[in-house]
Amino acid sequence: MPATLFLCIFFLYPFALVAFEAVTRDGAFTLDNFRTMAGSWKFPVTVRNTLLLAAIVVPIQLVMALLMASVVSRLETGRSAALYVFAIPLGISDLAAGLIWLAIFDQSGFLNTLLSSLGVVDKPIMFLGYQSKLTIFIAVALAEIWRATAIMMVILVAGMGLIPKEYYEAAEVFGASPWQRFLRITLPLLRPSLQTAIILRVILAFEVFAVVAALGGTNLPVLMGETYNWQFTLQDRNVAAASALLILAISIGFTLFFLRVLRVPKEARI
Amino acid sequence: MSAVAEVPVAAVADARKAGDWLLIATAILLCVWVLLPIYLLIVNALSSPGEVTAFPKRFFPSFDFGSLSFFIEFAGVARALWNSVLVASLTMVLAIGFGAPAGYALSRFDFPGKETFRFLVLMTRAFPLPLLALPLAVMFIRTGLDDTAIGLALVHTTLALPFAVLITFSLFSGIPVELEEAAWTLGCTRWQAFRKVILPLALPGIAASAVFAFTISWNEVFAAAVLTIENRTLTAFLLQSLGESPLYLKFAGGAALVVPALIFIFAVRKYLFAMWGIANR
Repeated sequence: MPATLFLCIFFLYPFALVAFEAVTRDGAFTLDNFRTMAGSWKFPVTVRNTLLLAAIVVPIQLVMALLMASVVSRLETGRSAALYVFAIPLGISDLAAGLIWLAIFDQSGFLNTLLSSLGVVDKPIMFLGYQSKLTIFIAVALAEIWRATAIMMVILVAGMGLIPKEYYEAAEVFGASPWQRFLRITLPLLRPSLQTAIILRVILAFEVFAVVAALGGTNLPVLMGETYNWQFTLQDRNVAAASALLILAISIGFTLFFLRVLRVPKEARI
Repeated sequence: MSAVAEVPVAAVADARKAGDWLLIATAILLCVWVLLPIYLLIVNALSSPGEVTAFPKRFFPSFDFGSLSFFIEFAGVARALWNSVLVASLTMVLAIGFGAPAGYALSRFDFPGKETFRFLVLMTRAFPLPLLALPLAVMFIRTGLDDTAIGLALVHTTLALPFAVLITFSLFSGIPVELEEAAWTLGCTRWQAFRKVILPLALPGIAASAVFAFTISWNEVFAAAVLTIENRTLTAFLLQSLGESPLYLKFAGGAALVVPALIFIFAVRKYLFAMWGIANR
């Protein structure tokens, strides 16, 4: 298959190179790269930030995506308009999303304008300064939720479209409430789409970078940002490769977890 | 007797009406949540450089094109824009061309190495991009693909391909194999059955995965920054000028990234709508 060949050339080969670089230094096998990475004072904070961000952002996005998809599939009028609006962030770069939320959280931004016109604050607050890690975190989380929910939403809408309408009609005849219909029909039959959506989203959550770069700079270190730092600022390809392997390991771990938890038996497919 | 029967009917109608209002309110609220941040960015982009850095801000644009014209005339912007479009289009074609057949094969055939391939596809997605691009940069210099649109598109395809495969896989899995078998018994060849029965059902979903492919390439920053020097894409250009550029240049650049995205999603909206239409068949 051409797809296999393509992946071998453009994925397996560079992957093998990176893995090789991670466990060697000047041609000799060593685990020093991993030790250097884990020994950095930033490392525990970095891992914590990344995992915490994923743990907070993904469940909220799942709920919002389900809500959006349900709203879209139930709207009588204006559903194409609603679908279009909900899908807009899909086309927006993470860099642009970071800039958008920068316009809001910046010191001379819209949130400060709103707060001061309401008389809540006298002078603009520095939301994104180096002392306010919490507000940076909240801003990044909001930007991520805003940006990447649409990806899940579209997958779920496509999945909902494949559920036969007769099931809902039958359930309505038997007196099931909308909530029951959602719980007993939509969710179970949506499982293949849910699986895809969650896996894609969780893995993307570990790769968060440009939003953080635009909003927090280096004040909120995340794994991808540190890998980038090792590569370009500290000019150490080997440690960068080790750091990349760590992200890879975490991502694969979660992927396998969700594949198992949300497994779709072949005979249960619609 | 009839009076007793009418009360529950009216109550059900009331409940339904309340449900409709709740639905519409939720829809509007969600729309505001999506649109408001974009609106605020556009306000910034349509204000003069002085207004962008001023405080307090106005919530309406002054339709001053100072920021935008500064951005457009900034050296290299127009070319970066063209490069972005070129690379994204190439990526879209490559990703669907490779991805959709693979997704179909995964959902329909049992072939040796199927699980390995599925795992490979997922693993690709799990790999951080910048380091994937670095060994490739060396390879591209050897093959003469460095700093070209097609070279970058090939890397972006590596990213977009798993999306295309996974989405088309879950799409084709959702279409009953019996439909195809019925077509075969009616004298269709395998290809005809695919083209006349499966493809029309799958087309909206394939369009959706094409949206992903284009978006991924359009959004992508790192590989673009690593693999292009002269032919930088817009994202690479903006990222590299992020440190030193003033706020109004950032916001104008952000708007330049957002507006084509709005148009692009608008262009495929009927496919998004058709995707919904499947439920109505």
